[in-house]
Formats: sequence, C-alpha cells, structure tokens
Amino acid sequence: MSALLALSDVSVTLNTRAVVSGLSLSVSRGEIIALLGPNGAGKTSLMRAALGLIAPSNGAISLTGGDPRALPPRDRALRAAYLPQRPQSIWPINVEHLVALGRYAYGAAPDRLSKADQAAVDSAIEACSLGALRLRRMDEISGGEKARAHLARALAQHAPLLLLDEPTAGLDPAQALSVADIMRAHAASGAVLFSTHDVALAARTADRLVLLREGRIVAEGVPGAALTPETLRETYGRDARVDRVGDALTITFF
Amino acid sequence: MSKSTCLSLVLVVFSALALFAALYLGPVALANPFANDEETRTIVWQIRLPRALTAWLVGAALGLSGAALQGLLRNPLADSGVLGLSGFAALGAVIAFAFGFAALAPVAALLFALLAAVLVTALGWSNRGPASLVLIGVGLSSAAGGLIALALNLAPNPGALSDLVNWTLGSVEGRSLNDVMLVGAFLVVGAALILSAARGLQALTLGEEAAAALGANLTRTRTLVVLGAAACTGGATAVAGVIGFVGIAAPHLVRATAGQDPARLLVPSALAGGAMLVIADIAVRLLPTDTELKLGVAAALIGGPIFALIAARLASRSAES
Repeated sequence: MSALLALSDVSVTLNTRAVVSGLSLSVSRGEIIALLGPNGAGKTSLMRAALGLIAPSNGAISLTGGDPRALPPRDRALRAAYLPQRPQSIWPINVEHLVALGRYAYGAAPDRLSKADQAAVDSAIEACSLGALRLRRMDEISGGEKARAHLARALAQHAPLLLLDEPTAGLDPAQALSVADIMRAHAASGAVLFSTHDVALAARTADRLVLLREGRIVAEGVPGAALTPETLRETYGRDARVDRVGDALTITFF
Repeated sequence: MSKSTCLSLVLVVFSALALFAALYLGPVALANPFANDEETRTIVWQIRLPRALTAWLVGAALGLSGAALQGLLRNPLADSGVLGLSGFAALGAVIAFAFGFAALAPVAALLFALLAAVLVTALGWSNRGPASLVLIGVGLSSAAGGLIALALNLAPNPGALSDLVNWTLGSVEGRSLNDVMLVGAFLVVGAALILSAARGLQALTLGEEAAAALGANLTRTRTLVVLGAAACTGGATAVAGVIGFVGIAAPHLVRATAGQDPARLLVPSALAGGAMLVIADIAVRLLPTDTELKLGVAAALIGGPIFALIAARLASRSAES
C-alpha cells in the first residue's frame, strides 16, 4: 500500500523550541489516523510540516512521493487538503462561495464554476448538510455551521489526503459523529489524518491512534492497543480508566 | 452576468456622465462644450478635459490600490493613504521637486511608494488586526510628513516652497494631457500587476496558511499587489499630490453591491474611485470660495467621516464576536 504521507525522523523547531522531535509516521490510502495529545503536544506543527507550511529542522517528509516544501503550491493542494484549527473567513462571503474556494487548485473562480467544479462543490455541500445554508453569509451562521462549511471547503478540494486540525472542536455530539462519518466516507478512496481532544471519538473513528506528548510519540496503534491507563497517564498526566462497552471504548479521566 | 460585472457597467456609464458633466460645469458654464469657437476649444481641450481625465485616472488608481491592499492585508481599513504609501510617494516627489529634479518626481514617487508598501506589508503581514495595521500606517505617514516638512524647510526659495505646499495639498488643477498620459501609464501597469494577483486575493479570504494549502502562491500574490499598489499610488501622487481616503471609500461603497469577494471588488473599486474624484473635483470648482478648495482637502473632508464610520463598525463587530 503506497503512503500518501510519510514522515521519517522529523523534528520541527519553532523559536528555538523543539515542538516535534524525531517523529516517524506513515498514512496510507484507506486509513483514518487520529493525533491525540495535550495542548502544545505538536499535533498542529506536525500537520503544518506535512503540508510544507513550516520546514522541519531534521528528517524527511514525503507527500505522495514529493517533498512538500519543494512542490509547487498547486501540486501540493492536489495531494492534500487542510482544515486549520481556527479556520477563518475574513470577508463575509456566502457558504457556497467559501466551499468553491476549495477548487482553487483546479483554476476555478468561485463565482464562475465549470460543471466539474460545481459538481464537486455541490457534493461537498451535501456531505456536510449545508444545502439550506449555501447562500447564507459566513457571519450570519453559527459556529458549528461555520465549522461544517470549512470542512466542506476542504472536501471540495478532492485531494486524496485530508489533514484536519480539530475538525470537531465546538461541535455538538451529533455533529461530531457526522464529521466522523464524513471522514470514514473520504477514507474509502483516500486517507484522513486528524487531531482531536475527544479521545472517545478518536477511538470510535480512527483505524490508528498516535498519542503525542512534547513532540514525541507516546503510543501508536489500533485504539484498543494504544489507549491504556498507562499511555493516557503518560500523554495527559492524569489517571484514566478505559472500559470496553460492546465495540466502543469509553475513557474516564480522574 | 455577475453582480460585479453589472456594477462595473453601471459605473462605466456613471463615469462617462461625470466626465461629460465636468466639461459643461465650472466657473464658466458652457452651453455646448463641443462648439467650435476658440474660447470653448481652449477651455474644454486644454483645461477641463485634461483636468477631468486626470481626476478620473487618479481616483481609479487610488480606488484600485485600496481594494488590492485591503484584499492582501485582509483589512477593510487599508488604503494607500492610511498605510503611508501616499505620504511616502509625496515625500519622494517633494524631494525631487525641492532639489530641482522635477522630471524625476514620478520615479521618486514610485520608488518611495514601493518602499512604504514593502515596509507596511512586512510589518502587517501576519494579520495583527485592523488597529495595529493602521498604527503602522500612521507611523509611516508621520515619518513621511516629518521628512516632507524638512524638505520644505530646506526648500531653496519661497516660490518653490509655495508650489510645494500647494502640491502636497492634492489637486488636479491645471493638469495637462501629459499628466493624463503619465498617470494613465502608471495605472495600466499597476492594474495589470494587481489583476494578475486577483485569484491569490480570493484565496487569502481564508487566511494565510489556508490560502497556501489551497494552492495559492502567496509570494507571487504579495509581490504583484505590492508592486501594483506602489505603481498606482506613485503615479497618482506624482501627478495630483496627496489625495486620501478614495482608496478606502471606493471599495467600501461598492462592497454592498458587488459582494465581498476581494477579486471581484478590484474593477468596480477603480471605476467608483474615478467617478468619485471627478464628481469631487466638479464640486470643488463650483464652490463659491475665493481660493479654490484643493481636491485633496475636499477628499479628506468627505473621506474622514467615512473612515471613522468603517472603523466604528469594525470595532462594534469585533466587540460582538
């Protein structure tokens, strides 16, 4: 199975502080991988480095076979779509226009879409249940609706790899589960690497978990193996209990 | 047809009407500006037409650069005047005028506008918010103002001093077809640079990192807009002196109709800026004052309150969120 993303012994230093240290990770087609860890563990820096937005101080990164720092921006965008932790819409454009920006790498102008671009935008809007909101301005919708609109923008990019930085932050449980379903649907043809503080959702959704602390991997593996009271204590510094209820894992911190 | 294209067509017609009106109206009202007598021909072809065309081109250059800078810096308070580009362009031109190199004034204005654009973009790029960006601009403008005062202070003779003071107030009075060609050339170059960065401005709606992840080449976008805004501001300031607020008011006025997409605001903002300045110049000529009010002064009197209004709206919006 060819890797859509491969990090080999990658370190990232920001302002003389090591935020990722000697990290190796591979994301293959069909996989959903969740990054877990406390604030400042290096989850966002790892994603930014994977996209070539920041340079690693050491190690090698391969984005579908290419160095993300050397790839032309358009080529990079055709390989990976990115949802930042705090997505912005500085000008209050409408939802459909925002989603259409996801077609940038295809040369599309958001208000003059080709049939293929329009189809991609329509399917992303439908996947994120935004049909009724498509003509609403971004400053007129709720926080959860904004999060869905930005996710739809990333989906419309039709890149095989989705990098989602806390895609369920601020969402109610039903909407968070919808995002999990969207990730699963995307993984049928591509792959997803996402970060979250919702350990239970990560356990339910991801094929593999990567637990990070201070830029290093504490544990990695399928949820049942990676989530133990010991790994959770080492990751978050708190005692935790892991229970199995049917197929699901429940995690309780103390 | 998109809203932006519709608005652009309306503004083309409106600009044409304003330019026609500028030929009819003035201290001496002409019944037929196309009459074939010597006096009418002199008034229209040597005075009013060059003056009106200069006003339109200067307004268009400032409106376009304002819209482009707002898109680049993601800040509705950005424009050449507020960010110090006009002040620096004026400083360049003043230095050239004051020390006897009047022919080099446009080049000096361009280079100094470029210097200010590079400085403000470098300092304000990380989207530190409207207030801090405006403060950077205020700092640059103050520095330019101080250095202009120094140049005036060192001006070689009182006649040169008076000319310089008049020029820094901003005016299109007495401009010739040569001035039209000069500002027109700068506008064409600036517009070509800015319009080729339009898609990058669209992507920047999502912020810098998301835009880069969309596939936008931000280095290219930044370079083109900075060069384009410097060309527009340098040309406009070299010909007409400092005329503020057109760059902030024009995009603001067209946004309600043309929408929020920064790329689709560029052309309507240029057309609106041109029409606004022609109308303001007609008003300046018709005002029954002993000394003609300078266009730059009139623009500041109208634009100042608009700037304050936008700033107040932004402040209330950020207080709500």
